[in-house]
Amino acid sequence: MHTLFHKVWDAHAVRILPSGQTQLFVGLHLVHEVTSPQAFDMLRQQGWRVAFPERTFATVDHIVPTKVQTRPFLDVMAEEMMVALERNCREYGISLWSLGEGREHQGIVHVIGPELGLTQPGMTIACGDSHTSTHGALGAIAFGIGTSQVRDVLASQCLALDPLKVRRIDVNGTLAPGVFAKDVILTIIRRLGVQGGVGFAYEYGGTTLDSMTIDERMTICNMSIEGGARVGYVNPDETTFRFLRGRTFAPSGAAFDRAAAWWRQIASDADARYDDRVTIDSSSIEPTVTWGINPGQSVGIGERIAASADEEALTFMGFERGAKVEGTRIDVAFIGSCTNGRLSDLEEAAKIVRGRRVASHVKALVVPGSQAVRTAAEAKGLHEIFSKAGFEWRGAGCSMCLAMNPDKLEGRQVCASSSNRNFKGRQGSPTGRTLLMSPAMVAAAAVSGEVVDVRHMLQEVPV
Amino acid sequence: MKSSTTAILSVSGRGLPLRGNDLDTDRIMPARFLRAVTFESLEKHLFEDDRAANPAHPFNDARYAGARVLVVNKNFGCGSSREHAPQGLARYGIRAIVGESYSEIFFGNSAVLGVPCFTADTAAIDALQARIERAPVTPITADVATGVVTAGDLRIQASLPAAVRDAFLSGQWNPTTMLLDRFDEVRRVADRLPYVSGF
Repeated sequence: MHTLFHKVWDAHAVRILPSGQTQLFVGLHLVHEVTSPQAFDMLRQQGWRVAFPERTFATVDHIVPTKVQTRPFLDVMAEEMMVALERNCREYGISLWSLGEGREHQGIVHVIGPELGLTQPGMTIACGDSHTSTHGALGAIAFGIGTSQVRDVLASQCLALDPLKVRRIDVNGTLAPGVFAKDVILTIIRRLGVQGGVGFAYEYGGTTLDSMTIDERMTICNMSIEGGARVGYVNPDETTFRFLRGRTFAPSGAAFDRAAAWWRQIASDADARYDDRVTIDSSSIEPTVTWGINPGQSVGIGERIAASADEEALTFMGFERGAKVEGTRIDVAFIGSCTNGRLSDLEEAAKIVRGRRVASHVKALVVPGSQAVRTAAEAKGLHEIFSKAGFEWRGAGCSMCLAMNPDKLEGRQVCASSSNRNFKGRQGSPTGRTLLMSPAMVAAAAVSGEVVDVRHMLQEVPV
Repeated sequence: MKSSTTAILSVSGRGLPLRGNDLDTDRIMPARFLRAVTFESLEKHLFEDDRAANPAHPFNDARYAGARVLVVNKNFGCGSSREHAPQGLARYGIRAIVGESYSEIFFGNSAVLGVPCFTADTAAIDALQARIERAPVTPITADVATGVVTAGDLRIQASLPAAVRDAFLSGQWNPTTMLLDRFDEVRRVADRLPYVSGF
C-alpha cells in the first residue's frame, strides 16, 4: 500500500534531524558549472572533503557555446567557470565530462545521466538544477536543489528535507498523430496550475504513460517543476529495464537481473494510497502552445486565448483575448534542451523538416542534448536533413533555453521553442517572446515561418 | 552571512511591497548574472530587466531603500533553482519575506541563508502591501515564534511550517553540521542500498 516515493524515501532516510527534517541519503549527485563553484568554495573554507566522490558526476552544459566549442572559450566568464569546475573536480576526485578529451559523454546533465545509465530506479538523485525532476522518468526520486544544498550533498551526501505528499496523475488514452509528450505535460500544467504541485511529488501513470518510451516520460517528468512539483516520477516497468540494459553504468549480467528484481518491488504497490488523484484523458489533447509568460498559459492549437487571460502576459506577448496563437509569425526556432533535446525529439522534428526549407526570415537551430545524441543523430543522417533545410546544426549544451551562452534572442523576437520556460527574458532578451511547443511543432513553425498545426504536415514530402 | 548557530527570533525593519504572482527566479536574477564563480555583487542585479522596463518598480523606488522585509504575492521564486535569487535578496539586505506562497526550492534556499519566508492569506498580504505603499517608513516586525507580523498598528497573522520555525528559533536553520554529525549512520544507510554495493 506504499508509493514508490515513500519506499525510496524510507530506504534513504538516515535519521530525523533535531530540526524535524529528514536526513536523506543521496544516491547520485550530478554537478554542473553554474551552481557548484560557490559550493566547492564553501567546502574549501570549512576544510570539508567530498563524502562520496564516486557517487558524484559532473558535466558542463549551461555556459558552453554550441557553435565553436574550442577552448579557451571566447567568453572569459564562461572559461573561468569551466576552469573552476575542472579544478574542483580534479581536487575532489570527481568524474567530469568536459569538452575536449572525453567529450563523447558531455551534454546536458539531465540528458547524460539517463543516457549513461547513471540514473536508475529507486535512487535518490540531486542536482543544482530545477529540471532534475527529469530523472524520475526511470523511477528515481530526483530533487532540484540550491547551491547551499549542493554544498551539503558534497560534504555529507545527504539533504535535509521534509517529506512530500504524492499526487497520482493518471493519463489515459491514445495520443493522436502529431501530439506528443510535450503536449501532455503542457496540458497537465495548464489544468493543475503552475503552483498546483507545490508540496507534492507527481506520480505519472495510466495507459498513455505506460505506452510511452523513456524519452517521452523524461519530457513529462522534466516539466513537473513548471507545475510547482519539485519531484515527478513514473514507476519502473519493462520499458525502463529495456532502456537501462547495456548502458555504461547500469548493472550487467546476473547483477542486472538482481537489480531488476529490486526495481520491480520499489514501484508503487497496486493499492498504494495517494494524497490526491487526478485523471486526464489524453485522446482529446491537441498540439499545445503557450501564449503567455509562464508554462501554464497555453492553448490547444485550434483554441482561442480565453477572455480571462492575464493582462500582463497578454501585453508582454502582444496577444489579444480571443486570438489564436496559430498564425503567429516567428523569428527564431529552437529545437533542443533537457526537455526535448534527445534523439527521438530530433527524429520527430526531422520527419517534418525533411524535404522542406526553413522560412527565409527564420533563424533555426538544432542543439542536441548531448554529444552522444549528436553522434547518434549524425549516424542516422539527421544533421543533413536539418542542414539542407537551413537549420544550424550545433554542439551539445543548454543553448537558447536559458541564455547563459551566446545563443540568445534579440529585441522582441518571437521564438518557437522546444524548451521548458517562457518566462519574461528567459531566452536572453528582456523583451524576447517564447512560445513553448513540441519539437515537431517547432519544426513545422520553422518551415512555415509562423505557428501552424503540425497535424497538417504529417504527410512526408517526397524528396 | 550569519553562522548557522544564530537563533533568528524576529526580523524588524522597513518593508518593500512587490506585487505580482508567479515572479520567477529568472525575473529576480536574470541568467546572465549567473555567469560568475561567486555570489558577490548579485544584489546590484535584482530584477534588473523588470526595473529597466518599469521606472516605478519598487526596487527602483528610493522610499523603500534599506528595506529588510519583502512582501510578495503567490508562487514567489518559481522556476529555476538558482540560489543566486535569494542570495541577491539577502545581500541587498532582505532578512525576511512575507507572502501568499512560494516555490518549494526558493523557500528552502532562503531558509538556509537565514531568511524566513512567512505565508499569510491574500487579504492580509494586500493590507500589508497597501500599508507600506502608503507609509514606507512604517516599522515592520515579523515574529518567528508566533508568526505575527506588525506594521505600525496593522497586525497580521502569518506562519512558518513548524519544522522551519523551530529551526530558526533554535539556530539550526543551516543543516550542514547536523548532516555531518553522525556520519557512521550515513555509511550504514549507504551500505544497505543494493545499488551502492553493485547489486
